[in-house]
Amino acid sequence: MTVAAALRADSDAEMNRSPLLSARSVVVSYGRTPALRGVTMSVGGGEIVAVTGASGSGKSTLLLCLAGILRPDVGEVRFGDRVISAESEAARSRLRRREFGVLFQFGQLVPELSAVENVALPLLLSGVRRRPATTAALEWLDRFGIADLADSRPPQMSGGQGQRVAVARAMVTEPVVVFADEPTGALDTLAGEQVLAQLVRVTREAGTTVILVTHDTRVAAYADREVVIRDGMLDEVATGSSDRPTS
Amino acid sequence: MNSGLVSTSHLVLGLLARGERHGYDLKREHDLRFPSARPLAYGQIYATLERMQRQGLVDAVSRERVDGPDRTTFRMTRQGRKELTTWLAEVETPAPFVTNLFATKVTLALLTGDEGAAADYLRRQRQAHLARMRDYTRVKTDPESSLSQVLAADYALSHLDADLRWMETALDRVTGLTEEMP
Ligand SMILES: Nc1ncnc2c1ncn2[C@@H]1O[C@H](COP(=O)(O)OP(=O)(O)OP(=O)(O)O)[C@@H](O)[C@H]1O
Ligand SMILES: [Mg+2]
Repeated sequence: MTVAAALRADSDAEMNRSPLLSARSVVVSYGRTPALRGVTMSVGGGEIVAVTGASGSGKSTLLLCLAGILRPDVGEVRFGDRVISAESEAARSRLRRREFGVLFQFGQLVPELSAVENVALPLLLSGVRRRPATTAALEWLDRFGIADLADSRPPQMSGGQGQRVAVARAMVTEPVVVFADEPTGALDTLAGEQVLAQLVRVTREAGTTVILVTHDTRVAAYADREVVIRDGMLDEVATGSSDRPTS
Repeated sequence: MNSGLVSTSHLVLGLLARGERHGYDLKREHDLRFPSARPLAYGQIYATLERMQRQGLVDAVSRERVDGPDRTTFRMTRQGRKELTTWLAEVETPAPFVTNLFATKVTLALLTGDEGAAADYLRRQRQAHLARMRDYTRVKTDPESSLSQVLAADYALSHLDADLRWMETALDRVTGLTEEMP
C-alpha cells in the first residue's frame, strides 16, 4: 500500500465521522429557472468524486456552490467545520485562494503570460515572492512532463499542452480540494486521457480531494465514485447507497 | 467464414508469426497477451496444430522428449503466413445483431406494466457498469500494464460506455412514459 493510499484509508475512516466537504438541501435558482432543487451530498478527504448528469441537470451549479463561488438560495455548504455558504465573499475568496484549486474547460490561461508565469500566478496572488513561485511552477511543469514549454505562451500550445499547464496551475498551491468542470471536455480522447491520468495520479499521490464534473462516463470512471444529478436533484438510485447524507 | 470470433487457428498463426514455438509456449503467450479472453486449453491447441499441419499451414520442426510427453516445435509455412495476412486484412462484419440482455429486461419490465421497476433496474445497472469501467480504467492507468492490456481495456471501456449511453436514453424514454400517464 502506498503512503497516499494509507492516508486515503485514514481519511475514509474519518469521513464516517465528518466529511471534508458537504452540501445540505442546496437550492439554487437563476431568476425563475430552478437549477438545484435540494441537493444533499458529501465528500471525504482524498476522495475523487465524479459529478455526472445530463446537460442542464445542474452539475456546474453544484460545483460552484461546493467551491464557494456561488451562494445557494437555501441550504448550506460546509468545508470541514466551516459553513462556507454563510461566509462573506471576502472570506470565501480567501478560502478559495488558500485551499482550493479550480480547473475549467476553456479560457483559463492568461494568453499574454508564459506557461511558467501562468502556473506561478496563484502563488503570486497569495503573496509568495516571485523567485520561489517560479521555482515551484517549474517543478509542477516538470511533474507533468512539460518543462520544455515553460517559456511558451498559451496560443502557441496545443489543447492538451494548455490543459496540462492548467492542471499544473490548479495544483501549484497544493490545494486541499481541486474542482474540475469538464477538464477534458475540449480535447480528443487520447490527449484528454493523458491529462486525466496525470491529474488523478498527482492528486492521489498528494491525497487531494477532487470534484470532477463530467457528462462523459469514461471520464467518470477515473473517479472513486459517482454522484448522479438529474433535474437539479441527486439521483439516489443511480448514485448508490454509498452517498447517504451525513447529518 | 466470418463468424466474428477469432478461430484458434488464426490465433495460433498470429502467435507463430514471430518464430517457432511449441504448444506450451503458444498457450502461455496467448493467456498472457489476452488476459481477458478464456485461457486456451492444451488439448484444443494440440488438436488445432494437428489439423493445421494436415492443411499445410504449419510444419513440425523438431521433437524433443524431456522426460515425459513429446514436445513438438511448430513453425508457420508460407501458406500459413498467406492465410494470416489475408485474415488480418479482412474487414469484419459489424455485429448485425447484438444480444441485448438489458433491452430485453427493460422491455419485459415495461410489458408487465412496471415502469418504476424498469427505471430502477436501469439505474442500478448503470452503477454496475460504472464499477466495471473503473476496473478497466485502473488497468489502463497502471504503469505496469502492457500495450495489449491497455488496448483490451480501451475496447471494453468503449463498449461499456455505449451500453451506458443506451441506458441513459432508455431511462429518459421510460421516465417520459411514466410522466405521460395521468
Ligand atoms: N448564469 C445562468 N443564468 C441563468 N440560468 C442558468 C445560468 N447557469 C445555468 N443556468 C441554468 O441552470 C440549469 C443548470 O445549469 P448547469 O450549468 O448547472 O448545468 P450542467 O449540468 O452543468 O450542464 P452542462 O452539462 O450543459 O454544462 C440549466 O437549466 C441552465 O440553463
Ligand atoms: Mg456545466
